[in-house]
Amino acid sequence: MIRFERVSKRYAEGHDALRDVSFEIARDDLVFLTGHSGAGKSTLMRLIMLMDRASRGTVEVDGRDLATVSSRRIPQHRRNIGVVFQNHQLLNDRSVFDNVALPLVISGYDHREIGRRVRAALDKVGLLDRERANPVTLSGGEQQRVGIARAVAGRPKILLADEPTGNLDPELSAEIMRLFESFNQVGVTVLIASHDLALISRLRHRILTLRDGRLVSGGAL
Amino acid sequence: MSRPRSEGGASLSRTRLGDLYQAWLHHHRLSAADSLHRVVDQPLSSLMTWLVIGIALALPVGLSVALDNAAELSSRWDSPTQISVFLQPAVDESAARDLATTIEARGDIQAVRLITRDAALAEFGALSGFADVVASLDQNPLPNLLLVTPDEGLDGPAIAALRDALAAQAPVDDAVLDMAWLQRLNSLMALGRKLVLAVGALLLCGVVLILGNTIRLAIENRREEIVIVKLVGGSNAFVRRPFLYTGLWYGVGGGAVAGLVVSAALWFLEIPVGNLAALYQSSFELSGLGVMGALNLVILGGILGLAGAWLAVGRHLSAIEPR
Repeated sequence: MIRFERVSKRYAEGHDALRDVSFEIARDDLVFLTGHSGAGKSTLMRLIMLMDRASRGTVEVDGRDLATVSSRRIPQHRRNIGVVFQNHQLLNDRSVFDNVALPLVISGYDHREIGRRVRAALDKVGLLDRERANPVTLSGGEQQRVGIARAVAGRPKILLADEPTGNLDPELSAEIMRLFESFNQVGVTVLIASHDLALISRLRHRILTLRDGRLVSGGAL
Repeated sequence: MSRPRSEGGASLSRTRLGDLYQAWLHHHRLSAADSLHRVVDQPLSSLMTWLVIGIALALPVGLSVALDNAAELSSRWDSPTQISVFLQPAVDESAARDLATTIEARGDIQAVRLITRDAALAEFGALSGFADVVASLDQNPLPNLLLVTPDEGLDGPAIAALRDALAAQAPVDDAVLDMAWLQRLNSLMALGRKLVLAVGALLLCGVVLILGNTIRLAIENRREEIVIVKLVGGSNAFVRRPFLYTGLWYGVGGGAVAGLVVSAALWFLEIPVGNLAALYQSSFELSGLGVMGALNLVILGGILGLAGAWLAVGRHLSAIEPR
């Protein structure tokens, strides 16, 4: 589903964020991505999201070489990927419902279908009763679950999460991870960047480890 | 069928073309309503924007309406052309009457009217309000006057030739073609029209820039939101839409304000102009914008609003990318 082949990323200022990274994530896989801060986790995520393009090598998502995706097609590409951010990135002037509905509105679903899917996603994360609430009135864990509901509402094939438990206590973090596992069980490819080694090593999934832009473990299938 | 095909858990979210059209329409409605909501939600600052645009539009439009009225007025004076023939002071009333008959006998004359010096003095006294002064004069300083109306078929040079012929007659002091001031007025109005066009073009540019700046601020205020929308797959068109509608609402509101301002100004001037017209024994009435004119103004405002928004959106939106 996601394939990196000898990918390097050098930023304009000369900093090498990724060096010669190769790995493959199969459909239905849940993989953790770890490494110290600045090791290249975010850069790797950004390449998959097409927020950046690789300097060298090939990134393939769902069988498509991302180098062939024109700038005009980037929005289309992103609609097939659900993303969860560390700082939630919610719109605080809209209700929880409208936040979760955003990707569906963008993809052009009609409003009945949007209502159905938003409620299904909110139900999944256990926030069905908060759909009219404003995100700022929610706790950190709840906000993160709204972010997850938004990421999965469009039923993407791929779910990316960048430090999704960064600001949460261990109990809430474990709960969030269980949520990701449940999406993985229904066939979503999940890639989670996290530096919480204690947590992710307990979960018995494959772990990709980056150090200074190089993949040091987990690369082989 | 208005439901996306994919129902499976993780299958690709794909919608049909008809659904996409429906969704596009729906998002237009949504953007329009949402933008209007945001504009109305800040009544004071929106009112300011509307006033600025309205006044900037009202200036050239008001001037243009004034010119239209002036053109209407001058077209009434265009015909009949008159030649005022002032007779020598020595020429008395009976001699003037004889001369009038002689001139009227010419083939190229339609009518001749004699205004005797006494009648002229009386009229001057009545119209100028200097009746007392006039009455105190020892002798009438005014000459006898013949108002000569040339044949309608005569063109400009022929009328000028007629004037020369009349002026050459012995008892005539001077013959003045009343067209001259009208021609001056007409060329002044042509100049005025050009000026209005130039000022109007400048102000329209100003309106577009003002709106562009307003939209730029709106974009800055919603930068975070734009980033998020782009991250979850919103296209540039999707992000652009609400801002274009915001521009449209500002422009339409500004056009409406301009219509109101011009109408108010006309209403304000209506009575004095009526009084003035009555003094000149004229039934002239100010003509306003009319329903179509006001509608055009609103449409013009809308177009300018869209143009300004497009300008701002084109320049600033593509610069906002997820980092």
